[in-house]
Amino acid sequence: MADEQNTQGGKKGLAVLLEEARENAKALKGRAREELETTLKQPEKTQLYKSIFRVKHDDSERSRALGVLTNVFLHLHPAKINRDAVRYSYTWGMGGISFYLFIVLTITGVLLMFYYHPTKGQAYRDIVYLMSDVPFGSLLRNMHRWAAHLMIITVWLHMFRVFLTGSYKKPREFNWCVGVILLVLTMLLSFTGYLLPDDQLGFWAVTVGTSMANATPLLGAGGPLGPQLGMTNYNDVRFALLGGSIVDANALLRSYIWHCVAIPLIGSVFMGVHFWRVRKDGGISGPAPVMLESEIKSERKF
Amino acid sequence: MSSADHARPQVAAQSLSLVVAESSKPAAPAKPAASAVPGENPGVNKLRRRVVWSCVWGFLAANLLMFLRYFFPRTLFEPSTIFKIGYPSDFQPGVDERFKAQYRIWVIREADRLFVIYGRCTHLGCTPDWKPSEHKFKCPCHGSGYTAEGINFEGPAPRPMDRAHVELDAEGQIVVDTSRLYSWPKGGGDHFNDPGAYINV
Repeated sequence: MADEQNTQGGKKGLAVLLEEARENAKALKGRAREELETTLKQPEKTQLYKSIFRVKHDDSERSRALGVLTNVFLHLHPAKINRDAVRYSYTWGMGGISFYLFIVLTITGVLLMFYYHPTKGQAYRDIVYLMSDVPFGSLLRNMHRWAAHLMIITVWLHMFRVFLTGSYKKPREFNWCVGVILLVLTMLLSFTGYLLPDDQLGFWAVTVGTSMANATPLLGAGGPLGPQLGMTNYNDVRFALLGGSIVDANALLRSYIWHCVAIPLIGSVFMGVHFWRVRKDGGISGPAPVMLESEIKSERKF
Repeated sequence: MSSADHARPQVAAQSLSLVVAESSKPAAPAKPAASAVPGENPGVNKLRRRVVWSCVWGFLAANLLMFLRYFFPRTLFEPSTIFKIGYPSDFQPGVDERFKAQYRIWVIREADRLFVIYGRCTHLGCTPDWKPSEHKFKCPCHGSGYTAEGINFEGPAPRPMDRAHVELDAEGQIVVDTSRLYSWPKGGGDHFNDPGAYINV
């Protein structure tokens, strides 16, 4: 129907339409150029920019604070901290370095997973392949290994510093306990990662480690009161860890899952709580404020 | 900062409970809606939420038990613990290393008896090495030493190595079962002379 009407309108109508279209195109071109110019000159004025960065970043204290608060990656950080809290001689920066190493381990670990099969026989061959032939494989594996060693050291030093500065005291008792759980999880990550190359070192280390689990009181077949509770090598805590009575394919697979999926997930949850509590408990602890006796105000009397 | 922050949500909670009480129980003139303890309102029937919450927690608890049971497989694909190792006449006096790699055992033949030592260090479970020149077993993990009969004499091992069950089948072949072990517990008497712990030869 519309086509018929157009043809009936004649040549004059068509010319007008063409002219209008040309005008529109010209205006559109002008506007596009204008928009492009503002985008290039002042990208922060565009809708795209404003949708991503909602805060105007002028150089004021409020704006800088908002820059931290409104950023998903920075919002765990306090917007402002005490000057003492950033003194390396006081904190050693060990908590932050531990977290940094965790990030490094996560990234290199995920990359290593692309070449690693957690099966007997194949596992060790994959490690040899990674070390000798995969492009950057040796670098990644060494990064993972050294970051793992370093993280154990930094986590212990972090705990040591917190102990020395008395930062486990009220109101930070709960966060100390969360930290102890994180320490245990870090050790478990280290232990489960040990078996994954499936070499002699890892095999016997896990043999020794799970033999210790075998000696757990009540829950281990070799531990005190274990046999009395009916524990054998086929139903005790060692059996649950290995998925069998010997260090074999099931143990390798279980180690792999705990190492790559379960413990990092559990640890991330506890890390989130840990960082959040640091802030809620009053920020990184600083040196105790000195108060002279003369400064202590007497109770107000009515 | 903290006092103001704490105050606000409390006020909100109180006013909310008031609203709930008024809307749910309009015809309750005997008891005033506002109770002495904030957050506790006798006018609200809590039975339903208790039932729902106990269902949720019960479900989660059942799931946790299932999760724990899941880690104990019923079927194992491990090498059989029962196997034949030949005739007593196949073994010379002394320690025989033939089956160490395959079955983790040593066959010991003495003047009048034959027994099988299960090759697991009693300290933390490594496999010791037989050192013929020193005539002893030595564990590479933490240095435990055992005599040629598997009796501990040095290092951290708390007791002698276990011996596996042995018997002769109808053909006269030795059948070993490493799931039935004879041990000498620390401070206890040894089971090395029990029937099944050795074969007379």
